[in-house]
Amino acid sequence: MSTPLSDVAPSSTEFLAAVAARQLVGKHRVFAGVGLPTLAVDLARRTVNPDVELVYESGVCGAQPEGLAEGIADSVLVSGAAAVLSMPALFGYVLQRGHVDVGFLGAAQIDRWGSLNTSFIGAWDKPAVRLPGAGGAAEIMPNAGECIVVLRRHDPGALPAQLDFCTSPSPVRAHEEDPRMVPRGHGVSTVITPMAVLRRPDKLGELEISEVHPGLTVDQVRAATGWDIRVADDVRETGRPTVEEVRLLRDEIDTVRLYLR
Amino acid sequence: MAAPDKVTDLSSAVAAHVRDGMTVALEGFGHLIPFAAGHEIIRQGRRDLTFCRMTPDLLADQMIAAGCVSKLVASFFASGSAGSLHEVRRRVENADPQPLEVEEYSHYGMVCRYQAGAAGLPFFPLRSYAGSDLPKLNPLIRKVSDPYGGPDIYVVPPLRPDVTIVHAQRADRSGNVQMWGIVGAQQEAAYAAETVIATVEEIVEEDVVRSDPNRTVLPSHAVTAVVECPGGAHPSYTQGHYDRDNAFYREWTPISRDREAVLGWLEEWVHQVPDRAAYLDKLGAERWRGLGVAPRPSQPVDFGRRRVAAQEVAS
Repeated sequence: MSTPLSDVAPSSTEFLAAVAARQLVGKHRVFAGVGLPTLAVDLARRTVNPDVELVYESGVCGAQPEGLAEGIADSVLVSGAAAVLSMPALFGYVLQRGHVDVGFLGAAQIDRWGSLNTSFIGAWDKPAVRLPGAGGAAEIMPNAGECIVVLRRHDPGALPAQLDFCTSPSPVRAHEEDPRMVPRGHGVSTVITPMAVLRRPDKLGELEISEVHPGLTVDQVRAATGWDIRVADDVRETGRPTVEEVRLLRDEIDTVRLYLR
Repeated sequence: MAAPDKVTDLSSAVAAHVRDGMTVALEGFGHLIPFAAGHEIIRQGRRDLTFCRMTPDLLADQMIAAGCVSKLVASFFASGSAGSLHEVRRRVENADPQPLEVEEYSHYGMVCRYQAGAAGLPFFPLRSYAGSDLPKLNPLIRKVSDPYGGPDIYVVPPLRPDVTIVHAQRADRSGNVQMWGIVGAQQEAAYAAETVIATVEEIVEEDVVRSDPNRTVLPSHAVTAVVECPGGAHPSYTQGHYDRDNAFYREWTPISRDREAVLGWLEEWVHQVPDRAAYLDKLGAERWRGLGVAPRPSQPVDFGRRRVAAQEVAS
């Protein structure tokens, strides 16, 4: 039986969430943020990975929410969870000790090595935009086994040659500062944008174009990237979400359209 | 000797313990945010505070707009799902109406600062910041050599607030404070402080606390004053009592965009309202009922008791 595919736009939240959910095949413990990651982990639990274990920055481990979480500290994540830990335990023992397989992050900017800026656009002392800052991302990047980043834009501003500020550094930058300080985790392994899926196969390597969304070309993706980005040898077209995945997102997961727009 | 009675009212607690120029921490990670206490600080017109809060959500927007704060020590400058903190952004991006000094860490950096403060340590190491611009932005984030031969490691200094304020589900009159659900860094922030004010949904008999000692996050020795303050976390929430007022958070975003609207809101909802009971009245019974939660009790546990002691009690 063939699975019917949806025709949602490659830039839509449904498309990005479905592509993100598929990255969780075979992953065990996932550190989930709010927004697109919330949709992706929920979809993954209903499709490719029913056993995925959800950990939240608020200290909640093994969440089994009965409804859509409006934030990482939502009471719906606490009810029925396996544990609620203090912040020293969550950040120190769970994250820094290496118990998280996948971290989900967002960013305003990402560079070729997968370093993230969530702090400032423009000058540090008088920024054009004051972004939310490090939060837990500066801890998730070095300590999670790998990180998946979802970007809402794909243009040279969001993927620049040079970050305005490096909030959450790739292992490449940590290694440059001091070769002895190489962090435990791989750093960013996968970036999902409205145009493409980028991957970083090597811990100290660069992002490359791995999948191009339907209707777009490799050249268009390269032109929208702020550096001369490499193209994977086996680059292919991103698989479309199925009709069923889109139905789950709309009719069962985000019925109130909190994150789907 | 009978345990000291630390129960007071919010106005007296803030008047007695929060003074201009102090370093104050109001913690609560999305849960149990001490909004009522923050509003009382605004009402009493405190100035020049160094305000410590990992996630300075809209409570910080309100206290900064009210002119209470000259410096913010924090790690995530947004309002959860509700978006930007526009009062903070006005200050940082345009010094409008005046600049705000910001001292910035990551979440675990803040947690480690509280841990160092709570444990009386000179610094606390963490596996973050290598390759980051954060140490260039904040010179208090420093690197030391590992005396055991490992690679150099970043450290943060202790944070020792003059006053930490927390909200919780319940306490007894001597200040044994119990909380459940997301407990964040409240224990660390409280132990790091010189003085601790706890506002609670209810004050209970000592027996209630002693029947479940694992639920006590702050024992009496760590607490200076206890205030019964139902609804004291609104628009944040108290697990088991009432849910987060998500609509309120969404309503705040357009208010926050306009400084005049913020000042108008503070006038109407803080200055014109004498206390939390009046605030809840103004909010209205219908809205408050809408935040009600269905019961989900934990299974009781049996702490047991030593047989000899039990027989003595019985005889």
